[in-house]
Amino acid sequence: MSPRNRAIVLGLGLLLLAAVPPFASLFNQPFYLDLVRRIMIFAIAAASLNLILGYGGMVSFGHAAYLGIGGYAVGVLAHYGVYDGLLQWALAIGTSALVALVIGAVSIRTSGVYFIMITLAFTQMLYYLGISIEEFGGDDGMRLAAKSRLPGIDLNDASAFYYLVLAALVLVLFFGHRLVNSRFGMVIRAAKSNETRTRAIGVSPYLYRLAAFVIAGAVCGLAGALLVNHTAYLTPEFMNWTRSGELMFMVILGGMGSVAGPVLGAFALLVLEDLLSGWTQHWQIILGPLLVLSVVFFRRGLAGLIREKND
Amino acid sequence: MTSSILEVRGLTKSFGALRASDGIDLEVREGETHAVIGPNGAGKTTLIGQLAGEIRSDRGEVRFAGEDITALPAPARSRKGLARSFQITSIYPDFSTLENVMLAVQAHAGHSFRFWRAAREQTALRAPARAILEELGLGGRAGVQASNLAHGEQRRLEIAMALAVRPRLMLLDEPVAGMGAEETRRMIAFLSTLKGGKTIILVEHDMDAVFSLADRVSVLVYGRIIATGTPQEIRANPEVRRAYLGEEGPA
Repeated sequence: MSPRNRAIVLGLGLLLLAAVPPFASLFNQPFYLDLVRRIMIFAIAAASLNLILGYGGMVSFGHAAYLGIGGYAVGVLAHYGVYDGLLQWALAIGTSALVALVIGAVSIRTSGVYFIMITLAFTQMLYYLGISIEEFGGDDGMRLAAKSRLPGIDLNDASAFYYLVLAALVLVLFFGHRLVNSRFGMVIRAAKSNETRTRAIGVSPYLYRLAAFVIAGAVCGLAGALLVNHTAYLTPEFMNWTRSGELMFMVILGGMGSVAGPVLGAFALLVLEDLLSGWTQHWQIILGPLLVLSVVFFRRGLAGLIREKND
Repeated sequence: MTSSILEVRGLTKSFGALRASDGIDLEVREGETHAVIGPNGAGKTTLIGQLAGEIRSDRGEVRFAGEDITALPAPARSRKGLARSFQITSIYPDFSTLENVMLAVQAHAGHSFRFWRAAREQTALRAPARAILEELGLGGRAGVQASNLAHGEQRRLEIAMALAVRPRLMLLDEPVAGMGAEETRRMIAFLSTLKGGKTIILVEHDMDAVFSLADRVSVLVYGRIIATGTPQEIRANPEVRRAYLGEEGPA
């Protein structure tokens, strides 16, 4: 696709997303606003995973940890009567970054299947930690006492919240686009493509990978803060390993190493899930094979179908 | 007598029961092209790996430009000015030819914690990378994805990436491996233009390449250097003839 055509497609997509709230209220179908907002939150989380999985080749099977940390940062502060959104979200992002630093520092020393297992293990630890804290509802979770209070924007206003999420998504994608094409981005992509050669030209990939891992964690922490405001309910399920798997699927289905891929993947997976679950209780039996087929036939994901090259 | 840039003492490496390097002593002088030859399985690629820092030696010492670099890993050795090319082509297949070389330039242009400006638009990376591609006759292939290059072009890209880091010492592991006669001739011609300016350790099977490029030759057999000398001396050395040349013969 030429840059011009790509700009048109991007503009149309943005317009389409921006048109959801007025149309939802016109046809009195608030459900769709809710659905698309949820999808966009997951798209942010998937985009953050794409940075390390798609561009960095780090198969993190524990990325839902940061959804949980972001969610708990907001939920726990609210539980103790702190509703200041800026403070909550800063804590969500900061804590996620810190935890990603610790998990990354250990796991990036490994590779392949060990990396997958270690990232999974860390997230399971956090999951069981969430379950074990009775104060925050244990495995039942707890209601969010109140939504985050942000200056100039009321999250109880469904469409204001929607546009905030849309703006966050656009920003994340834009910064992601800059990042993967910068010198930093070139290094993490190079290390994925050929680690031996990267070391031979004088670059030790560890610190670059760790930095990417921390950035991805921080952005996913933001998604967690958005998600808990969206659901108004906090549970350890945010960190369930199946959640990590879903995020991976969004990235792989959408197209690894493509900026728009995770957004397409999030839409495809969650819309499909919504349609199928309305149809039968055993929707996963249908979704599973569909996902397998899509991976077999669309090697470069949905983004590959519309031939967006890897930038 | 010119000063030596690389001094290797007693370098040893075993893989299980196999002694791939068995107390190797080697001295490479500044500016010379020093060929390392030997039959298959003599330990040539292991030696290159040990010199580049990819393989940790069990014993021995490597001094580069007077400094002990024995404990340094590959990236640190590269930053000190030691570049290598690989026997089995090792490039970034999913990047363009130009980007491959730009990455090598970038690796030696300070740290890469730069998150904002697009790397591919930076003249400081593009210009030197392009100049090196031109030198190797790959200027017209700059935009081609590296996996789509012909074998000979990929071999030249290997050399381009080694040159891009402006090395003081180049370790070339069979640069003409798998090349046709015409391509081999051109590669030899190119490498001879580097002679004198760059110090080169050349591991090669192709005897034309060795005898037309090398100032000195070391012969490696079963992990040991059995002789070092000028090409004429090596040709005349009876032990070498028995261990090596007699067995395979000059190509």
